[in-house]
Amino acid sequence: MSARRPIPRWADVALLPAINLLLALIVSGLVVLFVGENPFHAIQVIIYGAFGYGEGVGYTLYYATNFIFTGLAVAVAAHAGLFNIGGDGQAYVAGLGAIVVALALDQTHWLIAMPLAVIAAGAVGGFWAFVPGWLQAKRGSHVVITTIMFNFIAAALMVYMVNRVLKPASTMAPESETIDVAGRVPQLRQFFSFFGYSPVNLSIVIAIAALIGVYILIWHTKFGYAMRVLGQNPTASRYAGISNSRMIMITMTISGALAGMVAINEVMGVQNRLVLDFVAGAGFVGIAVALMGRNHPIGIALAAVLFGALYQGGQELQFVIPGITREMIVVIQALVILFTGAMEGLFRPALERAFMLFSPEQKADAIAASTAKTES
Amino acid sequence: MDLSAILSILDATIRLSTPLLLACLAGLYSERAGIFDIGLEGKMLAAAFAAGAVAAITGSAWIGLAAGMSVSLATALLQGVAAITLRGNQLIAGVAINMLAAGLTTFLGQTWFSQGGRTPPLGEGGRFVPINLPFANEVAGVPIIGPIYYELISGHYILVYIAFLMVAVTAYVLYRTRFGLRLRAVGESPKAVDTAGISVVKLRYQAVIITGLLCGIAGAYFSIAQGSGFGNNMTAGKGYIALAALIFAKWKPVPAMFTCLLFGFLDALQIRLQSARLGGVEIPVQAIQALPYVLTVILLAGFIGKAVGPKAGGVAYTKER
Repeated sequence: MSARRPIPRWADVALLPAINLLLALIVSGLVVLFVGENPFHAIQVIIYGAFGYGEGVGYTLYYATNFIFTGLAVAVAAHAGLFNIGGDGQAYVAGLGAIVVALALDQTHWLIAMPLAVIAAGAVGGFWAFVPGWLQAKRGSHVVITTIMFNFIAAALMVYMVNRVLKPASTMAPESETIDVAGRVPQLRQFFSFFGYSPVNLSIVIAIAALIGVYILIWHTKFGYAMRVLGQNPTASRYAGISNSRMIMITMTISGALAGMVAINEVMGVQNRLVLDFVAGAGFVGIAVALMGRNHPIGIALAAVLFGALYQGGQELQFVIPGITREMIVVIQALVILFTGAMEGLFRPALERAFMLFSPEQKADAIAASTAKTES
Repeated sequence: MDLSAILSILDATIRLSTPLLLACLAGLYSERAGIFDIGLEGKMLAAAFAAGAVAAITGSAWIGLAAGMSVSLATALLQGVAAITLRGNQLIAGVAINMLAAGLTTFLGQTWFSQGGRTPPLGEGGRFVPINLPFANEVAGVPIIGPIYYELISGHYILVYIAFLMVAVTAYVLYRTRFGLRLRAVGESPKAVDTAGISVVKLRYQAVIITGLLCGIAGAYFSIAQGSGFGNNMTAGKGYIALAALIFAKWKPVPAMFTCLLFGFLDALQIRLQSARLGGVEIPVQAIQALPYVLTVILLAGFIGKAVGPKAGGVAYTKER
């Protein structure tokens, strides 16, 4: 048994996620079948809705923008061995930073407002993750539980802030004042009519920059190296002279700041105001995206587009097939998390065995291993 | 505030803390056995839906309860397979379960009943009715003790009494039986349990099964006792409050009861008061809503006592080869 070898890298980063995705789709297909609809027709509708025409593509990219941010947030923390479930809350409170800057500067120009809002949203989102990080580093409370708690604290805080502080006295709806046109992040449709009326905006450029930035940070800086050492073996990193508690706090702050970028896309790019619950679960989609993307920026970009397509296609789905609501997408997402994150043991051992049998230089090992097993 | 106002808040406290208590005790079994369970919310939600749907179709609250418990059990076993047999990440399994329940209940609810995700309202018999304890009406007139007995102790659903009974049962099982000793041991040092010739896997599955059944009762309480039928996302984060309560109670049954009562009381308070005044300063209702989470964070940080979970929690057991 112990002669098992790890599967080749390409299989680990591409084949295994693909199998898990396929399995998630098959199970979801069975659910669709179970309620009496045709799963193949559903898939067709989703693919056409997501990629079939310009506006659909625009919506797919708009959702993907959010998921890139939250996916990166989960991935950055994961490299340091931390599980940040608080992306939702961090993105939500980051809305405060975005809206304050946007409203203050909406008489100037978006080129001034956007960078400052990025800093403000990043700072607020980062702070919301820094506190759990600090509590883990200095007080020993587990970051998973604290970030869950912080999601709920964020929700209560934001209801208060929107209703009591940001809402103008003249309106009834629980939302902030509207940002003037000059302070909004421009929509891509202003440059390319291809995108129809979709809300994809220049935030996607920030998302691409974030992907590149995270890549450089994790694999090409001393800090990223220290993060990965901490994630692999905290004892080793401590003996290597790395301050684990400092690393945890900084990593969590970066993670929260990345999640906070969702606020730029939603508040300044799409809604043009701060509305309640604008994050709409994007933080949790980030978990699925990071798991599928194997915590690598390229994987995250692909997985984010995949989930963006599922969200947009799912929206389309409920118009075309009334029997299927968009919650089906949440089911697919949950199954992806289940299969790639928690049930990895389902296929990995089988794949390991398969690769041992099919690769010539490992065949001898495999035979030796199986004889050893039968003898014992 | 007069006696009747206080009694009505306390009465609401008991009603609101019941599902918390059931879910909290459910989590206690898993976590004491070394399995982190952040999927309490999902199991409750799934059970609430199943109970609501089946009670609506069959017209029987008891069959609804059984359906809720079965679905919650199945969900718990799925989580168990991931966490115990496949040695997967327990936290991620919990996240997946919560998401799966949120998606499936809304999706199936809409497809089956076409009422925006709601299950049909329950008729006579489909819902649990409050039980009047013996002599409740007779002693209601007695000053002080009468109203307390009549309002506070009598007149709850049977699931409420089951929940509070479960506190005693759990305390007994955990501290006075061989199973309880082994359960606590497997959460602290599975290797020692294994060395003693007891199956770690079997014990952990037993714990997960109990968790599933109790979450099932908690979920059913939402849709066929407290409410009449299932509504979208009906559990509304109560599973996470239960988790917070479990930590706050330091994974012990009797403190779990008091913590759930406290959190239930805060809930009752925020429903009753739109805002409270304390020494001339207005306290927004959202502050009361956030209090259970804030308190748990403060406790976890070791500022008021120290919450240290079972040592082997979160780690799958691998037998040495």
